[in-house]
Amino acid sequence: MSIEVRIPTILRPYTSGEKLVTAEGPTLEAVIKNLDVNHPGIGERVLDENGLRRFINIYVNDEDVRFLDGLATTIAENDSITILPAVAGG
Amino acid sequence: MLIGMLEIQQSLVDSIVAHARADHPDEACGVLAGPVGSDRPERFIPMVNAVRCPTLYEFDSQDLLRLYLEMDDRDEIPVVIYHSHPATQAYPSRTDIIQASEPDAHYVLVSIRETGPTDGPFEFRSFRIVDGEVTEEAISILE
Repeated sequence: MSIEVRIPTILRPYTSGEKLVTAEGPTLEAVIKNLDVNHPGIGERVLDENGLRRFINIYVNDEDVRFLDGLATTIAENDSITILPAVAGG
Repeated sequence: MLIGMLEIQQSLVDSIVAHARADHPDEACGVLAGPVGSDRPERFIPMVNAVRCPTLYEFDSQDLLRLYLEMDDRDEIPVVIYHSHPATQAYPSRTDIIQASEPDAHYVLVSIRETGPTDGPFEFRSFRIVDGEVTEEAISILE
């Protein structure tokens, strides 16, 4: 089962510039771990010791995972995942 | 000497300043989208500051997704990401530097500290923010 993941500009150095990559796993956390196997380093840009980084948004089928089950969100065939850094500042 | 350059139409500058004044005393924020590869800001997209705060801004997460999907459909990128500083100088704050996430964007800051919501002088400056490093650039205003 392979899932499409959209990669934001700032993380494309980890994917050889690719905007769309594939990964697999039954949950969002597993997908991110799988992504990190193929694109080493990307995992720690998305996750920290507390889970999803505060200023990284991940959407499963256009729904912010913070309103789903976070990293435990179940991923099914044909789901699509989008990673977007927050646009924020002070 | 400033190395980079932002070329921007006067009408877009006016729109950003008007947005900053309208949202005073909170920070205003938004994007100028332009065609991929052009480095030319064309489309003014004011965003809601989801934290509604005089010292912070953040795009709402659903608005952010819609914005990026729409830009993708139109073969656009965020050429400019702007926000206002209602009470401080038009220079990136520490938070702005830490959270900057678009290495290809021009980060425009507008300060309306002198005049607040009313017409008058303002500061309008543009920066690149890459890997924690801030580089100011020149601005060329096109009529």
